[in-house]
Amino acid sequence: MTAMLEALLFLPLGAGCIILLGTKAMCRVLLPLTALGHTALAAWTTYAVGTGAEPRAMNGLLAPDPLGALFLMLASLLFLAASIYAVYYLREEDRLEVHADIHGGPGFTNAPQRRLAACLCFFLSSMTLVTTTPHLGALWVGIEGTTLSSAPLIYFHRHQRSLEATWKYLIICSVGIALAMVGNILLSVAFYTPEGMTAMVEGMDQLGWFVSHARAGEETWLKAAYIFLLVGYGTKMGLAPLHNWLPDAHSQAPSLVSALLSGALLNCALLGILRGHQIMLAAGLGGFSGGLLSFFGLISLVTAAIFIVGQGHYKRMLAYSSVEHMGILALGIGVGGLAVSGAMLHAVCHSLTKCMLFLLSGNILARYHTFSSYDVRGMRWTMPITGALWMAGFLAVAGSPPFGIFISEFIIFKGMLAADSPLLAAAYLLALAVIFVGLSVAVLRMVQGNRPTDMPQTLREPLLSVLPPLVLGLAVLTLGLWIPDWLWNFLRKGAALVGG
Amino acid sequence: METALQSCLFLLMLNNLLMLGSTRIMWLIRFTAFQGILLAGMLLTMEHALLAAAVLLIKGALLPGLLWRTRNRLHSHHRMRPRMHVAVGVLAGMGGLVLSLWLEARLFTLPALFPPLLLPTALTTLFCGLILVVGRTTALAQVIGYLVAENGIFLLGMPLMTAGTTWFELALLLDVFVAVFVMGIAINHIGNTFESIDVGRFRSLRD
Amino acid sequence: MKQDMAVYAAQFVLALVLAPLLPGIINRVKAKFAGRHGKPILQTYYDLAKLMRKGEVVSHTTTWVFACGSAVSLAATLCAIALLPLGGATSPLAFTGDFILAAYLLGMGRFAIMLSAMDTGSAFEGMGASREATFAALAEPLFFLALLVLTSVTLDMGRGPHTAFSLSSLFGGQIAGAWAMGRGELLLLPCIFFILLLVENCRIPVDDPNTHLELTMIHEVMVLDHSGPNLAMVVYGAALKLWFFAALIAGLMTPALPLWQQAALRITTVLLLAVIVGIVESVMARLRMDRVPFLLGSASAMAALALILTQAR
Repeated sequence: MTAMLEALLFLPLGAGCIILLGTKAMCRVLLPLTALGHTALAAWTTYAVGTGAEPRAMNGLLAPDPLGALFLMLASLLFLAASIYAVYYLREEDRLEVHADIHGGPGFTNAPQRRLAACLCFFLSSMTLVTTTPHLGALWVGIEGTTLSSAPLIYFHRHQRSLEATWKYLIICSVGIALAMVGNILLSVAFYTPEGMTAMVEGMDQLGWFVSHARAGEETWLKAAYIFLLVGYGTKMGLAPLHNWLPDAHSQAPSLVSALLSGALLNCALLGILRGHQIMLAAGLGGFSGGLLSFFGLISLVTAAIFIVGQGHYKRMLAYSSVEHMGILALGIGVGGLAVSGAMLHAVCHSLTKCMLFLLSGNILARYHTFSSYDVRGMRWTMPITGALWMAGFLAVAGSPPFGIFISEFIIFKGMLAADSPLLAAAYLLALAVIFVGLSVAVLRMVQGNRPTDMPQTLREPLLSVLPPLVLGLAVLTLGLWIPDWLWNFLRKGAALVGG
Repeated sequence: METALQSCLFLLMLNNLLMLGSTRIMWLIRFTAFQGILLAGMLLTMEHALLAAAVLLIKGALLPGLLWRTRNRLHSHHRMRPRMHVAVGVLAGMGGLVLSLWLEARLFTLPALFPPLLLPTALTTLFCGLILVVGRTTALAQVIGYLVAENGIFLLGMPLMTAGTTWFELALLLDVFVAVFVMGIAINHIGNTFESIDVGRFRSLRD
Repeated sequence: MKQDMAVYAAQFVLALVLAPLLPGIINRVKAKFAGRHGKPILQTYYDLAKLMRKGEVVSHTTTWVFACGSAVSLAATLCAIALLPLGGATSPLAFTGDFILAAYLLGMGRFAIMLSAMDTGSAFEGMGASREATFAALAEPLFFLALLVLTSVTLDMGRGPHTAFSLSSLFGGQIAGAWAMGRGELLLLPCIFFILLLVENCRIPVDDPNTHLELTMIHEVMVLDHSGPNLAMVVYGAALKLWFFAALIAGLMTPALPLWQQAALRITTVLLLAVIVGIVESVMARLRMDRVPFLLGSASAMAALALILTQAR
């Protein structure tokens, strides 16, 4: 069991190193293989956690709990989908040495593909560390690792705008994560007694120690620590008003990278905040921390609604939709009770849907060579499968039945009413309605209409470019129609840790 | 030992103010190196010799060396005006100092944990780093601001260090080093692509 | 009492006699840096003697303001020096708040020179007067801020407000021992007063005393029309003002010692400061005129830092 957990962490790390030293063709093969191996190990770990066995490895450094295992499984599945898509994507990108700039600037080159694949593996390894460790310091190191490994990923297409996006991402997220470190330090200060320090630092299970001794912590310091954790990891998660880097980074990165960033990385950042929330709940300050989370969630929701309406760049539109859904997650967890289970389901459905949408946007870009949702027309004629999936994905992400997000948003709504906050629920519904309208205008305009005159024939769509989004879409549809018992129980277990 | 610590803290505070007031990158890099040396000195007074050596190496020599190399590789060296006037930055730094002193008086501090003047100095250093990140338009100055903020956070965590957490602090230092390394590479690309490292020119991505 | 008066009078006379030595020392240091041998150190005395013997050329456009301007300035500087304790003896003229009197006596002297400069009706001298007024206005808050720090430190040390607000106790050497107690911020005060010295006495990097270009002169341009005994009074007044500020710093830096040892130590410190001014003048270039507020601003920031830190302890 310990070997499995260690393999979970070191398999992507080793694969990344091998890819750096190997050839280009090797990386296109190694990437999906690594993803397959990682998914198998992650499924096994999640099963072990779900049945009650508590796997531990490396002297307690890796000890996933249900919450972490959920996010681990999501990250792994998304990585699998993205790596299968990558086989097609890297082959396509390999055709040209110098690519034409969409905005008419000078032609640009790509970074070496080995670097992309290796950084993807390091990225996966960092996310594994974040989701499986109960040590808050190691969690911090993991999130910093994700920032550093994803920066070269954003700069895959070497032109000015992606460089700008990479720089903003690096600086803003690094500063934010540094603030989260202050939160870690203040947590230690809150529990400081001259004798107690040694008892805490000897063990790796910091989270368990904090939770069990939470009542003994100083209230002021605990609150200050939580605020720093929220601001720090909230920057990484994309909570407004700290979300400025998100639309730039997620729109300029290659599509499969954006899919991973939106679907998996934001969840990991949320996990950092949730660990702090766990401690606050155990200390009896759950109202304070939950209130702050709901506040930021609501602001994110409203900000996203404002910017989605009239958004002409379809990838930025998807990025703002990520901000919106992170806001909904924060709102659900902040409200507490039934809404937390809804938030867990929402995390699952949103990750799957957003990954699908971003992968599809890559197909659209490859075909239409434009980012503008005004210039893309008639997708149902030029790319029927992608067009249909794009339409389905829009319905899913906007929260309409029969997709899973409708169920999760409805459960969160019920939770809000049960927690006696009708105003919050009203604002929530209003924002969702505005976002629905904004998204539908753009997507329907893209899918329908006459085919553009410069694209007369319908090209055959490569299988690998539509297979991952199709599978993800079917998964979300299934979750909307039927949630298996074992899944719901697992989600309940995770929710119980954060106040469900 | 006590007076040595107090003197180091005072010099660190003075260093922060001088950094806020200087516009040239070379001086900023020198002040950063000096901060690393001061931090190593403070660790020595707290009797963490190994960590002091590591801090001296990484924060006092390697990181400023990285910054210096990055700066020398850039082709354009003309001075860029900061986003806000330098005097505003210095005033903001003094405001941060007053605020952190007030916070220290307000918060219930454990006397055995934080020596006097350590908490305000750490918070002021963090605040000065943030001012540098926000107020300067040169990418290299923003990286230096990030480093200064990290120094402040390191200082804040210093009293909590025991023998058991040394490896973790080393991992932290390594993390910062890799972060600055990646940022240095990015700055080189920016210098080559945009012909200057003025991030105030980043205007093409907006809604 | 009698002995105190005698000691004080002796040291006052010593200050009056030794003051013209300072510009000579500065010039000699600068010459050595430039590789020359330089003027004799006693050159200022010879200049004063020569100027006193010469006749005066007075412009027709000037009035009585010009005639008595330099005399008023010299008198004001002499009174300011009388307030400052020299070599440990408390000045018999000391009272609570006398540092304000000293600051504004120097200001009155400066004002008199500016008025006599503008009285000549020349554009150059008016320009010099306006520049001098600007820098003086910027330097004054710095002076009082630094004195505020000193006063608060002296109050903290347990002396009552009666003594704390007097120049004699502020610069009487009691503060020097405080540094060893780890109050590092007090080290900033001599630096601040040194910058003040450079500003008020029109030294590099604020103003070049050797320049002959109209566009760059500040102090030198104001005394273009003075000649003979008037010029001698101006030169001697400038030397006394230099001694005043140097004595301020010497008073800060020397600890409390028996009487004559302290006097000797102080005079040595003053002469050493002249050497340091000479070194600074040789090493640095003059600042561009719009950068001088930055210099004063950074000195103010250091003073504010010292103030905040002393209050925090």
